[in-house]
Amino acid sequence: MTNSWTDIKNTDLVVIMGGNAAEAHPCGFKWVTEAKANRGAKLIVIDPRFTRSASVSDLYAPIRQGTDIAFLLGLINYCIQNDKVQWDYLKAFTNATYVVKEGFTYQDGLFSGYNEAKRDYDKSSWDYDIGTDGFAVVDATLANPRCVWNLLKKHVAVYTPEMVERICGTPKDRFLKVAAMVAETSSPTKAMTSMYALGWTQHSKGSQNIRAMAMLQLILGNIGIRGGGMNALRGHSNIQGLTDLGLMSNLLPGYLTLPTEKEVDLAAYMSTRGFKPLRPNQMSYWQNYRKFFVSFQKSMWGNAATPENGFAYDYLPKLDLPGYDLLRAFELMHQGKMNGYFCQGFNPLQAAPNKKKVIESLSKLKYLVIMDPLDTETGRFWENHGPYNDVDPSQIQTEVYQLPSTCFAEDDGSLVNSGRWLQWHWAGGTPPGEAKRDTWIMAQLYLRLKELYTKEGGAFADSIVKLNWPYADPGDPKAEELAQEINGRALARVTDTADPTKVLAEAGKLLPGFAALRDDGSTSCGCWIYSGCFNENGNNMARRDTTDPDETGAYSKWAFSWPANRRILYNRASADLTGKAWDPSRKVIEWDGTKWSGYDVPDILPMAKPDQVGPFIMNPEGVSRLFTRGMMRDGPFPAHYEPFESPIANPIAPKVRGNPAARVFEGDMAQFAESASQEFPYAATSYRLTEHFHFWTKHVITNAVMQPEFFVEISEQLAAEKGITKGGWVRVWSKRGSVVAKAMVTKRIRPLTCDGKTVHIVGIPLHWGFTGAAKKGFGPNMLTPFVGDANIETPEYKAFLVNIEPITGPVA
Amino acid sequence: MNIDLSRRAFLQTAGAGLAGTTLGALGFGDSEAAHAAAIRPFKLANTTETRNTCPYCSVACGIILYSKGDLRKGEPAEITHIEGDTDHPTNRGTLCPKGSALLGFVKSPTRLQHPMIRKPGSDKFEPISWEDALGRIARLMKDDRDKNFVATNNDGVTVNRWITTGFLAASASTNETAFATYKVVRSAGMLVFDNQARV
Amino acid sequence: MFPPLPNPSTTDTAPRFSDKDLIRRSASTVPAPEQQLTEVAKLIDVSKCIGCKACQTACIEWNDTHPEIGFNAGVYENPADLTPDMFTLMRYSEWDNPETNELEWLIRKDGCMHCADPGCLKACPAPGAIVQYSNGIVDFVHENCIGCGYCIKGCPFNIPRISKVDHTAYKCTLCSDRVAVGQGPACAKACPTQAIVFGTKDEMKQHADGRIKDLKSRGYSNAGLYDPPGVGGTHVMYVLHHADQPELYSGLPKEPKISPLVEAWKGVTKYAGLTILGVAAGVGLVHHLVMGPNRVSETDEEHAQELTEGNNDGRV
Repeated sequence: MTNSWTDIKNTDLVVIMGGNAAEAHPCGFKWVTEAKANRGAKLIVIDPRFTRSASVSDLYAPIRQGTDIAFLLGLINYCIQNDKVQWDYLKAFTNATYVVKEGFTYQDGLFSGYNEAKRDYDKSSWDYDIGTDGFAVVDATLANPRCVWNLLKKHVAVYTPEMVERICGTPKDRFLKVAAMVAETSSPTKAMTSMYALGWTQHSKGSQNIRAMAMLQLILGNIGIRGGGMNALRGHSNIQGLTDLGLMSNLLPGYLTLPTEKEVDLAAYMSTRGFKPLRPNQMSYWQNYRKFFVSFQKSMWGNAATPENGFAYDYLPKLDLPGYDLLRAFELMHQGKMNGYFCQGFNPLQAAPNKKKVIESLSKLKYLVIMDPLDTETGRFWENHGPYNDVDPSQIQTEVYQLPSTCFAEDDGSLVNSGRWLQWHWAGGTPPGEAKRDTWIMAQLYLRLKELYTKEGGAFADSIVKLNWPYADPGDPKAEELAQEINGRALARVTDTADPTKVLAEAGKLLPGFAALRDDGSTSCGCWIYSGCFNENGNNMARRDTTDPDETGAYSKWAFSWPANRRILYNRASADLTGKAWDPSRKVIEWDGTKWSGYDVPDILPMAKPDQVGPFIMNPEGVSRLFTRGMMRDGPFPAHYEPFESPIANPIAPKVRGNPAARVFEGDMAQFAESASQEFPYAATSYRLTEHFHFWTKHVITNAVMQPEFFVEISEQLAAEKGITKGGWVRVWSKRGSVVAKAMVTKRIRPLTCDGKTVHIVGIPLHWGFTGAAKKGFGPNMLTPFVGDANIETPEYKAFLVNIEPITGPVA
Repeated sequence: MNIDLSRRAFLQTAGAGLAGTTLGALGFGDSEAAHAAAIRPFKLANTTETRNTCPYCSVACGIILYSKGDLRKGEPAEITHIEGDTDHPTNRGTLCPKGSALLGFVKSPTRLQHPMIRKPGSDKFEPISWEDALGRIARLMKDDRDKNFVATNNDGVTVNRWITTGFLAASASTNETAFATYKVVRSAGMLVFDNQARV
Repeated sequence: MFPPLPNPSTTDTAPRFSDKDLIRRSASTVPAPEQQLTEVAKLIDVSKCIGCKACQTACIEWNDTHPEIGFNAGVYENPADLTPDMFTLMRYSEWDNPETNELEWLIRKDGCMHCADPGCLKACPAPGAIVQYSNGIVDFVHENCIGCGYCIKGCPFNIPRISKVDHTAYKCTLCSDRVAVGQGPACAKACPTQAIVFGTKDEMKQHADGRIKDLKSRGYSNAGLYDPPGVGGTHVMYVLHHADQPELYSGLPKEPKISPLVEAWKGVTKYAGLTILGVAAGVGLVHHLVMGPNRVSETDEEHAQELTEGNNDGRV
C-alpha cells in the first residue's frame, strides 16, 4: 500500500478491481464503509463475480478474468479523449514529457526487440533520449511525437469502449458509467483509491495489471494524496514483511538484489547500481545503495566482512538465472535435480498450481522438512487419501520430518501489515506439547550445521562458520535481539556527514534510522528500510499511542511504518510546485518557504525546494514513470494479452498467445488447453471466501462450520444448459486434473459476451484439502496451469479453462 | 380481522397460554424468581490480557488474548478467549469471521505437538525426539550441500551456490523469525528460496 | 465512526442489572421494578453488511456453543438454519431489482429481535423460563425451561430452537452477560463494517436516521428503519434499503405480530378468571411431569383446542 487502511476513510471513490476487500479483508473494508457513510464516497466493484464487495457497491461492472489491462487502458484512453487529466500533476510529477529513443515500437501485440525463441525482449530501445548533458531529454510542451505522453496516447487508442466490451465482456454503457466516475477524480480536490490484491497479481501479466492502474492514478493525480494511492491489500499477515526482508530467491533485505554470476566482485556489482540522477537536482535515493548493502553484509558476517574482501561479497551465492522461485523449484524437483526441501509455514501441495506435478515433484526428494503449527497436506503428501491424494506410500522414498512450531499466540515479534506498519505482539499462551518457536528451530539447525562444518570442514564452510550470531543464548535468539539487529547498530561512532561534530550514534548504539548508514563498514543493518524500528528510543513497533491530530488517519505514533515512519508514500506529490496542498482539505505536508512539514514524515529531503526536486525520490528521474524503460520484462507499457488458457483469441493481436514474455517450462505448454478450446469451453477462476483463511481455517472447527464443504459457483444459465442443480454434485476438469464438488447456482455469476461469443464463468474457491476439520475436498489447484507472471512468476490462478458436468452422487 | 393460523400453531399457542398462566397462579412463579439467574457470570473476569495481532490477513487487526495464567509471571498460560482490541486504530475492536474464531486455531485438534518422522516407503508418521530430528536434518543438509555445492561456475567465477536443497518461507512468521531464517538459508548458499507472497 | 464498543474489563464487576429489573417473567408475575433501565438496542444496518459471518463466529466463541460441521447445500447459509448452537445466522437472497435492473444481494443477520412485546415469553407455559428485563433484553432461563417448544410458536420471527441434548430452548441472549458489565454483544463488537452497532434504543434510532439519509441520497428512496410496532417495537432493529419490502430479506415479516391466539388466550385468562381453567392447568402440569419436557401429546393438543375454541367463540 502507498497509503494505509485508516487513510481509506479520506477517499471520494473506491475502485475495487483485482481484489475483493469485503470478502478477504473485512476489517480493512470498514474504512470503505466509513468513507461512504461520512464523506458520501462511492464504491465501484469490477469483477467477474458479483462479490461481497459488490453487494455494498454503488456500481458493479462485470469483467472477464484476465482482461483487466484492456479495461484499464480503456479508462486511460477515456480520460485522454475527454480531457480528464490532472495536467499540472502529470507534467510535473510523471515522465509524460520525457522523449523516448527512436527505435521503440509496438505492433501486433509486440514491443520492439522481441525474440520468439527466447520468449524475451532485447529492451535496449525501451529508453529515453539522453542529451549531451547526460540527462534525459524532456519536452515540457508535450509536442514531441516521441514524448511518453504521445506514445501512450497512441498505445491506448485501440482500447475504445467498444473494444473494452469486446475483450472484457463489460457492456459498453456500464464501462462508460465507470469511466465517468473515475474521470471525475482528475480534479485536484477529488481522490480515488485503488484496492487490489491477488485478483491482479495471479495472472501471467499480473505486474502489468497493477502498472496499468498506477498509470491511471498518476494521470488523475491520485498518488501521494490522502484518500488516494495504489493499495495492494496483500494476502497473509506478514507477507509484506517477508518480502521486505528479501526472503525470495533474488532478493536481499530492503529490495536490494542478490548478485548475478556476471557480477564478479563488489565493484562490478555496484557498477550497475549507481542510480545517477536522470534529471538535474533529483535525489535518486538509491544512490545510497552501497550503504544499505555494506551494512547488510556487516549484519550477516560481522568482522568477517571487511573492505578487503568486498565486505564478504563472495559469501553470498550468485545467481545464474533470474531466480529460483516456487515454480522453478518444483520444475527442478520434477526433473530430479533437487534433494531437500523445507516448508516453513507454507503448504505448497495445496497452494501451488498443478497438484499432480507437485506430488510427483515432492516424491522425488530425498528429504522434506515441515515446520508448521498445523498438520498440512504437504507434510502428508505421501499418504493415501483416496481421490483427494491418490498416492502409493510404498512407492515414495522421501524422508519427511514434521516439526511442530508455535503459532502467533505463543511468540513475540513484529508483523508488517499492508500499510507497511510494523506492529509488535506478545506471547499470551504456553505452546502445546513440544511445539517450538521458529527462531529456536532455525537456531538449533544452524548451530548443528556450524558444528558439523567446524569439525568436519566441507564445501565453503566460511559463510556458515563465520555467520554473525550474536545472541545471548545462541540456541534461542530473542525477538528483541533480532529486531535490534534488523534496525542496525553503529560499529564505530557515526557522525553527520555535513557536520562531523554532530554524533548520530556512538559505537555499539542502535542507529536512529537509515540516514545514519555508512558504506565503510562502520554500521550494520539487517534491513535498511526498517531502520528506526528499534532504536535508542526503544521498540517503536510496540508503540500504542493513538493520537491522530486533525483525524487525518495517519496515526503516526502507533507502531512504526517503514520507511522512516512515513505513512503515505510519495506524500510530497500531495502538494503542487509551490509546495501548497493540491487540496487544502487533504493536506499531508506543505512547504513553508524553508522546509517541508505536516501530518506525516515528508517523503522528500526536508529542505528540498518544491519547484526543483521531484517527489518520486527513489527514481533517478525524480518523477513517476508512465513509460517504464527496460524495468519490466514484458514491455514499457502494459498491453492486453489473453491468459494462457483463454476462451477467445486475443482480439487485438490474434497471433500472440498469452503473455509473450512469460516463462513457460518445457512440457507445461503441452498441458495448456488451446485458445477457444472446444474440449474446455468454460473460463474458470479461483478465489478465497471470507469464512476461511487459505488452508489454515479448515483446521478451525468454527470456520469449518461456516463453510464446511468444497463447492464451485456457476450461473443459472450454465446450470440450465448442463442440467446442474443447486446443491447437486458436479465434476470439473481441466487439461491437468479433475475435481468433484457441490454446485452453487447463482445470479451473481452471469455469462459474458466476449468477441461475439458467450463465455461462461466457473468460480472455484480455494480452501479445502484432506487435513483439518472441514470436509475433505479438492480445491482448484488440481486444475490450475503451471505458468507465472512474466516479471515475478506469480502463478496464473485466476484465469484458466475447464469443462463441467453434473454427476449423480458423492464419490468416496 | 381474518385470523389465518395453522392448526398446530393455534393449538400450541393456546395450550401454552393456558398452562403457563395457571401454573403461575398456582404459586410456582414468584418463589423461583430469585433463583432465575439468566445472566451468565462474565467469563473474562480475572483473566490475563495480552496484546497480539491477528495472524491471518494483512489488515493486521489488533487482538487481545485472554488467558488463565500469566506468562510474564512465569506461569503456564492457557488462552481461553480472543477478541478484537478496540484501541487498535485499524480494526477498532472488530474482527472478521476468521479473527473472531482465532481461539479455535490456537486449540485446533490438528495442531502439531511433537516432532515426527515418516521414513522412506512408510505409510505412517512415527515420533522422534527434537534432538534426533535436528541432528538428522543437519546431517542431510550437510551431505547434500557438500556433494552439490557449486563454488565456481564454468568461467571460474566464484558463485558459492547450493541449489539442490530449497527453502519455502512462510507468510505469517514474524520479521524476527524471517530474519533469522534469512541468515541461516543465505549463509548456506541457498538460492531456491521463496515465500508465500504470490499465492 | 460510531463509537466502538470498549474492550472488556477483566476485573470482577457486579452485573448492572439482575432479576430485580425484570418486567416480565413467563407464566408468572413479577413486582414492578423500582427503576426503569435505559432501553438498549442492536441496530443491524443491512446496507453495510457484507455477509461475512463474523457475527456468527463471534457468537459461537462467546457463548461457547458447538454447532455441527454440516455440508454445502448450494447456498451460503451455514449452518443451514438457526440451531440451539447457532443463535444468529446470515441469510442471503439474490434479488433482481425490477426498477433498476440491478442485481442486489440482500444479506440479513437473522436472530432474536428482543421484542418489546415478546411472543415467546407470552406463549411460554414454564414459570420463569423466559424473562424480560426493563432494558429490553429477553432471555431464556434454561433450568426453568420444559422444552415444550411453545416459544417457537409464539415467536413471530421463528427464532428459538430446542436442543436435542438438554431439551431446552435456545436463542440469542443479546449477550446479557456482556451487557451486564457495560459491554455490548459479541456480534456487535466483532462486526467489521459496523453494520451491527449497539447502544441505547434512542441512540440507535438516531444513528439509523443518518444511515437512512445516506441511503436515500444513493437512490434508495424507500430506505427505512424496521422497528415493527406489531410486537411493540424491537430491541434489535434493521436499517433496510427497501423498508417497504422487508420480505425481500429472506422473509423478514412485513407486519410481525404475536399470534393472535396467544393474545387471545391472554385475554381469556384475564376475563374468564382462573378458577374455570383449573382443570386445564392441572392437565398441563401432569403432562409435564409424566411425559417430560419437549413433548406435546395429541390429547394435550386436543384438550387445549377445545378450551381455546370455546374461548375464541366468546371473543370473536
